[in-house]
Amino acid sequence: MKQDKVISAILLIVALSAISGLALITVFIFKEGLPVILRIGGQQFFLSSKWEPSTGHFGIFSMIVGSMVVTVGAMVIGIIFGLGLAIVLTQFSPPGLAAVIKPTIELLAGIPSVVYGFMGVVTLVPLIREHLGGPGLSVLAASVVLGIMVLPTITSISVDALQAVPRLYFEGSIALGATRWQTTYMVMLKAAKSGIVAAVILGMGRAIGETMAVIMVAGNSLKLPHSILDPVRTLTSNIALEMGYASGDHRQALFATGVTLFVIIMVLNSIALAVSRFRPQRGGVR
Amino acid sequence: MPETKNEAEIQVRGFTARFGGKPALKNLTMDILPRERLAIIGPASSGKTTFLRCLNRLNDLYHGFSHDGQILLHGKDIYEPEVDVAELRRRVGMVYAVPVPLPWTIYDNLVYGLKLAGLRNRTQLEERVEAALKGAFLWDEVKDRLREPAHNLSGGQQQRLCLARVLVLEPEVLILDEPCSGLDPISTHKIEDALDELKARHTIVLVTNNIKQAARSSDRTAFFLMGELIEIGPTPELFTRPINRRTNEYLVGQFG
Amino acid sequence: MRPSPAVVQRVVVAALWTLAAMTIGVLVFIIIYILAHGLPYLSWGFLTESPESMGRKGGVFPMIVGTLMVAGLAVLIAAPIGVATAIYLTEYTREGKLTAVIRFGADCLSGIPSIIFGLFGFVFFAITLGMGLSVLSGALTLALMVLPTIIRTSEEAIRAVPYAYREVSYGVGSTRWQMVTQVVLRSALPGIGTGVVLSLGRSISETAAVMLTAGSGLQLPHSLLDSSRTLALHFYILSREGISMPNAYATASVLIIAILGLNLLAYWLMRRFVAKVR
Repeated sequence: MKQDKVISAILLIVALSAISGLALITVFIFKEGLPVILRIGGQQFFLSSKWEPSTGHFGIFSMIVGSMVVTVGAMVIGIIFGLGLAIVLTQFSPPGLAAVIKPTIELLAGIPSVVYGFMGVVTLVPLIREHLGGPGLSVLAASVVLGIMVLPTITSISVDALQAVPRLYFEGSIALGATRWQTTYMVMLKAAKSGIVAAVILGMGRAIGETMAVIMVAGNSLKLPHSILDPVRTLTSNIALEMGYASGDHRQALFATGVTLFVIIMVLNSIALAVSRFRPQRGGVR
Repeated sequence: MPETKNEAEIQVRGFTARFGGKPALKNLTMDILPRERLAIIGPASSGKTTFLRCLNRLNDLYHGFSHDGQILLHGKDIYEPEVDVAELRRRVGMVYAVPVPLPWTIYDNLVYGLKLAGLRNRTQLEERVEAALKGAFLWDEVKDRLREPAHNLSGGQQQRLCLARVLVLEPEVLILDEPCSGLDPISTHKIEDALDELKARHTIVLVTNNIKQAARSSDRTAFFLMGELIEIGPTPELFTRPINRRTNEYLVGQFG
Repeated sequence: MRPSPAVVQRVVVAALWTLAAMTIGVLVFIIIYILAHGLPYLSWGFLTESPESMGRKGGVFPMIVGTLMVAGLAVLIAAPIGVATAIYLTEYTREGKLTAVIRFGADCLSGIPSIIFGLFGFVFFAITLGMGLSVLSGALTLALMVLPTIIRTSEEAIRAVPYAYREVSYGVGSTRWQMVTQVVLRSALPGIGTGVVLSLGRSISETAAVMLTAGSGLQLPHSLLDSSRTLALHFYILSREGISMPNAYATASVLIIAILGLNLLAYWLMRRFVAKVR
């Protein structure tokens, strides 16, 4: 019917906006950032830790290290608490309690990043400074704050993965005499493995991309960190801190930092999507 | 809106239906007479439901569906491109095997189709609703509950509601796909009684797995097997003196 | 001697519940801490006055207006586009190459960090399209950010509507569009609403992207092309520059209360949705 075809066409055009948005972003970020990388040379840009805009030096190595270190730390906390919470929610929690815990996790996800950063500055940083040494604004502080921020992501995707495991697996294991915990780590976790891996990778992407909270607690030093008590600057902080007053080459270099970030996250997300698509085909416990 | 003549005459000519290339109905030719009650019987996967869904073009929703041949309603092929499919479905009203009330009030369920057709006048809507519910033998039970959710009704009541939902559109033909399959004997009885009365104003095509229901609720019966029409004839004769051997085998299997 | 499985389980479960309690404890701690420090300074005046001397005194009225404008406009733009996309993907097309590409685009979009959106918004909306640092630039940027969430939640809500309803609708003579709007959307609306409300919450919380696109002017925005400071950004500036801690806490309290309210709304909508589609 004619009217149906018209509506269909209109909706298609609208639907393509999602793609066009992505395409636009990719194009513009690369357009602004790539020339600088090519001019300075990849080796100089990525492997030098000298970031001195005033003299024209743009090396982001210490920030790459900063992002990586902070992210790894965040994942340690995020996985322990996030996955632990997912296991509690799906395997050991009575439904009434689960109904209370789930909204709590969603609430955690809704709190603004600046509030997390602020709380980190006000409570965590002084704690680290007094009891562990260093300025307090550190890799450790950033990792803890980020870990708390990404754990809702890890929890909710892991919960989905665990709930997707056929009930038969659970019942079969219990019927063989295993305890709930034995069932969890021998059967359920293995079956949900690809979903959980996807959750972790997506959480990693979130952690790497976080800006405001990190700026507030990480210290933003340009030196390479040597311990977790050292201050550090991440790729995201770099952009946010200097964009306000940067111009010319400096601004292009910040875009180049953005390009780096973009590529890293695209790679991570693609891996996560590929891993989570494996789930339906596999089907087996292994 | 069709006039309340309710003269219907369906001619099926060499009709073949395919899903993704595989035929579900093969070279079907038959007539459906005005204001008769035609029962269609046959084992599973014989094409009975497929046939019904071709009558109101509900099979169009499936992407692999294709057909040859014609189905003529009052002499006009319902598969011609200019045919208004929505209008066709108002003239050929279908009741499904499982009652599916929409998650709204009883009243809203009934007037939905009318509103789609453009009827807005409150009084007329309410008149049609009452007439349809009476035709479905449901009026007395729900007349004071029209604004309640349809989900509150029992299974048998819901199915009668679904019958009323098509009656309200004053269709020429009623097609019913095993309408009593999930219902208790009393509800089944009520629906059969309703069909008894409805025959006066509508042509009825009833697919059923229940041989006894076919025997008592139809004028003619058609026997389908593996997508083909094997035999069609007046119900008493088909049941007592079937012409085709396979018809006899089926009937004996059902009764034996 | 190896501990028995039952003992191991008891230890592990205790450890897990400890983790859970710690996590919930953190959330509660954050909320109570902020509210305890901020509520005493939260007055009607604070909400309706403009800031004075860079936010040292006065209220946050322009920030509230600015936040509502930016976040509200973002959702107003993203919701119709997102829902329409979801409708197209579920009702108007079959699974195939095209739907895979659209979904891939939406999935990728959802992973991009907010600072990159900020960069893009700055370069594209503010500079190339000439909108400058403004409510409009901010809103368009945020709209792109929340679009994938709206698409995903709308799709799920639409798919949850039983297929039989669609056949019933066709059966009484509806067109596809009538079926979609009067039957499917009617049932899916609470679920879609949840996604929209959550996106609103995310837009309100967002700082990095608006910092680069909506500006940080303290004045009340009068048009879409005025620059404006959102509550979240205001809180960031107040606390980082050490301008006024009481005001910072009060601003954060407004934010937290708004987020709590929105989450409650989303939760309530979700429950209505589950009840309806049953």
